[in-house]
Amino acid sequence: MSSAENDLYQEVVLEHKRAPRNFGHLHHPTHQAQGTNPSCGDRVAVELLLDGQRVQDIRFSGQGCAICMASSSMMTEAVKGRDIAAAQALQRHFRAVLTGEEDPDEAPLGKLVSLAGVRQYPSRIKCALLGWHALMHAIAGQQDAGGTEESLS
Amino acid sequence: MPKLHDPPAPAATRPLADWRAQFPVLAQAIHGHPLAYLDNAATTHMPRQVMQAMQDFETHERANIHRGVHTLSQRATDAFEAARATLKRFIGADAAHELVFTSGTTESLNLVAQGLWAAGPGQAWLRPGDRIIVSGLEHHANLVPWQHAARMSGAELVVLRPDAQGRLHEGDLAALLSPRTRVLALTAGANATGERPPYEAMLAMARQAGALTVLDAAQAVGHAAPALAALECDFMAFSGHKMYGPMGIGVLAGRRDALERLHPLRLGGDMVEDVSYERAIYAALPARLEGGTPNVAGAVGLAAAAGFIEQVGRAAIDQHVHALRAQAAAGLAALPGVTVLAPHATQAALVSFVAEDVHPHDIGTLLDERGIAVRTGHHCAQPLHDHFGLGPTTRASFALYNTPDEVEHLVAGVARALETMR
Repeated sequence: MSSAENDLYQEVVLEHKRAPRNFGHLHHPTHQAQGTNPSCGDRVAVELLLDGQRVQDIRFSGQGCAICMASSSMMTEAVKGRDIAAAQALQRHFRAVLTGEEDPDEAPLGKLVSLAGVRQYPSRIKCALLGWHALMHAIAGQQDAGGTEESLS
Repeated sequence: MPKLHDPPAPAATRPLADWRAQFPVLAQAIHGHPLAYLDNAATTHMPRQVMQAMQDFETHERANIHRGVHTLSQRATDAFEAARATLKRFIGADAAHELVFTSGTTESLNLVAQGLWAAGPGQAWLRPGDRIIVSGLEHHANLVPWQHAARMSGAELVVLRPDAQGRLHEGDLAALLSPRTRVLALTAGANATGERPPYEAMLAMARQAGALTVLDAAQAVGHAAPALAALECDFMAFSGHKMYGPMGIGVLAGRRDALERLHPLRLGGDMVEDVSYERAIYAALPARLEGGTPNVAGAVGLAAAAGFIEQVGRAAIDQHVHALRAQAAAGLAALPGVTVLAPHATQAALVSFVAEDVHPHDIGTLLDERGIAVRTGHHCAQPLHDHFGLGPTTRASFALYNTPDEVEHLVAGVARALETMR
């Protein structure tokens, strides 16, 4: 078995890729945004139902690679029902782990730690962060998250 | 070590696989597997003789050109002009043609597109209401500069759309040509699909209609370089790094009268005849379009690469890459849920495909784990992928040093990746 099959494509990742959670649309989202990966044109859109500072409901839609789909799927599970501040903190930890600034064993990532292997594949980090960019921009009230390049450099 | 300006050695009789040893970069392991480099449509590798030619120049002849009266400057100038002569011969240019060195195909195409509007109203070739036609198969480098040229000149940009299989049709072009058509920009081989349009006929039709004709030969030049003098072609662009030459060097070749219409992209040293504080008189071709100190070692390396291709034999390279493409297309198409793009494009040196439920980035990462280098994504041809409605693809592209064994590994690697991901 190659190391990618062990480290990158763990069973839980593939399981989320095959059956993404919270995939689809909300009837009446209060916030939404889209992210685009310029190297492949993949787009992920995130819709939120915010109740004050709380993420009452969330959906994502679009197409992407296994890393992108699994990351977005786990993201929706992790932030649903939680405060915006918690979602933002989780995004910071997740991003820091992928860019090598934080040790995955010490970061409070929950199930998302299964994606920590992405840090060994720099060209794939933007795949893992695409949904998160859309989420952060949706929270910030921006409609289009645009490319992912500038925030990764 | 033959000098660059010597005529190329006669075509080799030895098998192509023997040439592989001339490419030191290929003799390495990636993740514990022998490297199978199948990303040649992005960049080919350089044989030792090309690297040696560049090193010889840097070691013995390096100086600025066209200026000093000293010996090294003269040697460098001779090397640069000898490279130009070699490349003109390589692409079949005749006395009506000139060849300009650029940094690559992207700069060459920008030089044409910008050069046709930058002279300003009343002077520029492109005027408000004119029509620019580009094909829907183009790399972004032969699309985006024309979008900008249309905006700046007031011309309209019209796309010659491919059919659902990615073919271009002469009848469709005929319907778009109008008395106001001033440019047709077309690829000699689509980098995303391998499609080889009937460019000879299309360039002739456009020229007949009064347009300037632009051919992006980046993907063709490494194995099927068209003979310029046999084409109704005003401008032809290509890059060194897709024909076993260095990065950062390329060519814009074309008819002298067409090149003279271009407003230079780079104004400054070495492109002027006479300068006062108030005005400058531009030099004649080719210097006019080569402002600034050029990449002389790159030009020397590019000429050496042309010599290398002739030494190996263009027909032999062509036959070899077509056979690898056919083998890969057949092997991949037989895998469950795999669709090969442009299966009819048998003259291609590349194959692109999509796989149901499996994203190209995942295939690319899993192939890399087995030492196989392919390209994934939209290959700088995003509108074409939107046209097909397929999303991103995986592309394997072949060069003279690739082998049937490597293609077998590719097919097996894709099969394994599909099993893992599904």
